[in-house]
Amino acid sequence: MTATGIGASVRRKEDQRFVTGRGHYVDDLTRPGQAYAYFLRSPHAHAVIRAIDTGAARAKPGVLAVLTGEELAADKVGGLICGWMIHSKDGTPMKAGPHPALAQGKVRYVGDHVALVVAESLAEAKDAAEAIQVDYEVLPAVVDAGATQTSGVQIHEVAPDNTVFRWHLGDKSAVDQAFANAKHVTKLDITNNRLVPNAIEPRAAIGEYDPGSDSFTLYTTSQNPHVARLVLSAFIGIAPEHKLRVIAPDVGGGFGSKIFIYAEETVCLWAAKKVGRPVKWTCDRMEAFLCDAHGRDHVTHAEMALGEDGRILALRVSTIANLGAYLSTFASSVPTYLYAPLLSGQYDIPAIYCEVDGVYTNTAPVDAYRGAGRPEATFVVERLVEVAARETGMDPAKFRKRNYIKKFPHQTPVIMTYDAGDYHASLAKALELADYNGFSRRKRESARNGKLRGIGFSSYIEACGIAPSAAVGSLGAGVGLWESAEVRVNPTGSIEILTGSHAHGQGHETTFAQLVSDRLGVSIDTVSVVHGDTDKVQFGMGTYGSRSGAVGMSAIYKAIDKVIAKGKKVAAYVMEASEGDIEFKDGKFSVAGTDKSVGFGDIALQAYIAHKFSGQELEPGLKEGAFYDPTNFTFPAGVHICELELDPDTGIVAIAKWTAVDDFGVLINPMIVEGQVHGGVAQGVGQALHEGAVYDQSGQLVTASYMDYQMPRAIDLPSLTVGMTVTPCPSNPLGVKGCGEAGAIAAPAAVINAITDALGHEDIAMPATPQAVWRAAQKARMPIAAE
Amino acid sequence: MYAFAYHRPTSVRQAANLLGKLDEAKIVAGGHTLLPTMKQRLAAPANLVDLNGVNELRGIERSGRSVTIGAMTTHAEVAESADVKAAIPALAELAEMIGDPAVRHRGTIGGSVANNDPAADYPAACLALGATIVTNKRKIAADEYFKGLFETALGDGEIVTKVSFPIPQKAAYMKFRNPASRYALVGVFVAKRAAEIRVAVTGAGQNGVFRWAAAEEALKKRFAAKSLEGLAHPAEGLNGDIHADVTYRAHLIGVMARRAVAAATDRE
Repeated sequence: MTATGIGASVRRKEDQRFVTGRGHYVDDLTRPGQAYAYFLRSPHAHAVIRAIDTGAARAKPGVLAVLTGEELAADKVGGLICGWMIHSKDGTPMKAGPHPALAQGKVRYVGDHVALVVAESLAEAKDAAEAIQVDYEVLPAVVDAGATQTSGVQIHEVAPDNTVFRWHLGDKSAVDQAFANAKHVTKLDITNNRLVPNAIEPRAAIGEYDPGSDSFTLYTTSQNPHVARLVLSAFIGIAPEHKLRVIAPDVGGGFGSKIFIYAEETVCLWAAKKVGRPVKWTCDRMEAFLCDAHGRDHVTHAEMALGEDGRILALRVSTIANLGAYLSTFASSVPTYLYAPLLSGQYDIPAIYCEVDGVYTNTAPVDAYRGAGRPEATFVVERLVEVAARETGMDPAKFRKRNYIKKFPHQTPVIMTYDAGDYHASLAKALELADYNGFSRRKRESARNGKLRGIGFSSYIEACGIAPSAAVGSLGAGVGLWESAEVRVNPTGSIEILTGSHAHGQGHETTFAQLVSDRLGVSIDTVSVVHGDTDKVQFGMGTYGSRSGAVGMSAIYKAIDKVIAKGKKVAAYVMEASEGDIEFKDGKFSVAGTDKSVGFGDIALQAYIAHKFSGQELEPGLKEGAFYDPTNFTFPAGVHICELELDPDTGIVAIAKWTAVDDFGVLINPMIVEGQVHGGVAQGVGQALHEGAVYDQSGQLVTASYMDYQMPRAIDLPSLTVGMTVTPCPSNPLGVKGCGEAGAIAAPAAVINAITDALGHEDIAMPATPQAVWRAAQKARMPIAAE
Repeated sequence: MYAFAYHRPTSVRQAANLLGKLDEAKIVAGGHTLLPTMKQRLAAPANLVDLNGVNELRGIERSGRSVTIGAMTTHAEVAESADVKAAIPALAELAEMIGDPAVRHRGTIGGSVANNDPAADYPAACLALGATIVTNKRKIAADEYFKGLFETALGDGEIVTKVSFPIPQKAAYMKFRNPASRYALVGVFVAKRAAEIRVAVTGAGQNGVFRWAAAEEALKKRFAAKSLEGLAHPAEGLNGDIHADVTYRAHLIGVMARRAVAAATDRE
């Protein structure tokens, strides 16, 4: 390994650019002749559009076009798609209603796209939008997952009772049997609160059309530009794939919300040709609250059956998942295959049955958000485990130990085969770092100050890498989930890595370069990472589900293998030796058993000048590509322990100590990994304590700005104690598992387990705001009624 | 934002003249309420009269019995002022609790008092300390000045020029922040002066800042947190929203009042 190789906490190469404001985000770009787009959005949650009169708007100064769903339909622009087919219990396919990029006849949530104005300036576009007359017939709306199926409101004609699917997984009769034999059953009703992603950079797009080549370019804030191009061409039909270039330059955070192919980007691209000018749209923060795909929003009843000795016998989970008003790109996969297969947690549970109803409501579409299904699953499992331990009088750490999976590989009853892990090791380390034994003393100290102290565990697991293409295909995915890479060695020995992964804060420019540095023995300064442009990089699947390490880097690894192999051939000619005698080590090609060697850079030059093997079978050049399709999901896991103090007078919760012990397999850059843990925990704490999208009963988003939607702040978190354990992942050459989502998956259950520990009862929902905690503390103080 | 004409007078007289002659004119000081509202197209003044060029409106003066703060003095200047810290530390602490550093370096005391946001902090200080709001036309006692939600005794074209605070014997401000916006969900300013004790509550009332008479009465017997124990503010007349319903707000008024009194008495 080199000083900048695998395992080195190298400073992020990209940060100089970012922290000095020299990044290039979509909104920073200005194209010649650029015009500005503004979307008129529905003020109603549910309404029939009787008529739209755009006449007055078209006459406004600076207006280039006012476009509606009618023009979109006339141009045969297809609707937005959901790319994962889910079948109901009865075998019928999910009932997906139409999802036009501009409303056609009906609006279904506040913020739904009604019309587009393109004008010389944004101010003129807004002025014109105010002049559009829309005749709405307002319909009753429904916003709650639990109420929509019986509301009598019909959102899409194809989906009676607003039910998209009634899906299930697992062996129901085995579970029923286990419950019949149970010594104890723990039951919980759980709400997993709806979250707004809030990437620091709002979405943005510039659509551009070149009549000379009859081709389009879309600059967009995407986590997966190739997938965007595929969907825009193959399904929405804007342009053939080879006539559409999608560029996702620097992107300021995604958390899942920039995976999806949205209405605005689609419409800008289409409008660019209609108007004959580049069309730019930048989402403002309130639009982001209204229209970015939200996360979570489950209502769940869950039960755990226990045997005599505190062993978990079975799990029964019933969930209603709010999918919003339309199915977003991967909406159907999140509460199904990204959720139920994780319900075994870290535990040896013989039988699991889960049923999920996916439902429409008059709210923003819901799709993957950091963790996507896995935070919801972990919350169910870890709340049940904690409560089961309390109800049976067992220490929660001991209860977990008793039920942990100990042998690998382990086949769960819900699809997954866990390949490697050591759950006891993570717990033992976490207990030590958290000074678990000293907790009761600290609790007494808090009590003396009038505070309630609690401690909560979360033994999470997730499935990352997403995943073998064959596996996801069999589960309904419309795409394969491999990754591509190309390693281009230049004649001077510098190296360009072209990757289908996409960085939007993860630090790929550093970690990918570290892999190259490690394998080829070169400095990371001679390596650049190219991504985010479909004209530069071959088809790739993008970044989400903590897959860029496990899948994206594995593709680079394979390509590097091929570069080394080719380099050996070149070296054989250069050193006039047989190829079989050439060894590559520490950046040098050498002839085995001799002192003859040539550096990697010289071999690169020789490969391109080709003087030594001109006319031979060996081709000039040093550039190799690879596609990598993993053999399994990866299974990062760990233990987070939250210790907190709550003020029963005000309901304010202060996290006193946070301990995270994660097993991400091999770490490429421990500093970056720790940063991912920090960010994930902050988001998870945000879900547990602060964040919650609230719609009123008419469907207005009450929390449509930071005046009412609370993001976690630095002051809300203590300095985190982050420890690692390592069991290498056996399913990829690097042994990495992925770290991007762990914190957000682990944290909510740890926080709520700690709060309920402090309160002495289980009756609190997320977000545990000061008001909610105060109320719950009042209940804790009340004398217990005779039961 | 709609188009508007921008004016930058350099004296109070000029500013008053502009307000007198221009249609639909609005004063802008720190702009923290007006500018976001204009950006959202919820306000559309034809003329904006910016007071940031009026130097006579800046500055802090301390006399034997009062501290007088120019209307265009920023929150940061009040928070950092040695005079304010020495004379009325509670007022400096209040200013330090407003918003974040960017807000404190733009926002002004005059803007806050003129706007009278029901969740703003300064109105509680003005009312509890018995401040006098000085305008280009007259002096108004705080008791007569705050009239309701975003409503004050200011007339058309009237400009707040300074706010004068009598120096109390003891005072403190306790603020329970709205978890999202960080405005006061409940803010309680207590002040003990030779003649009277006042408890002013911001953030909670349906009509903006108000005095809690029962607490003032209880504190007359003894100015100590203990005097307020068991005293509950009624829920009637309070605001309720997703962050705090009326019951919780009423409860917090009691908690913040007790903590404010404790802080005021602990100061010695």
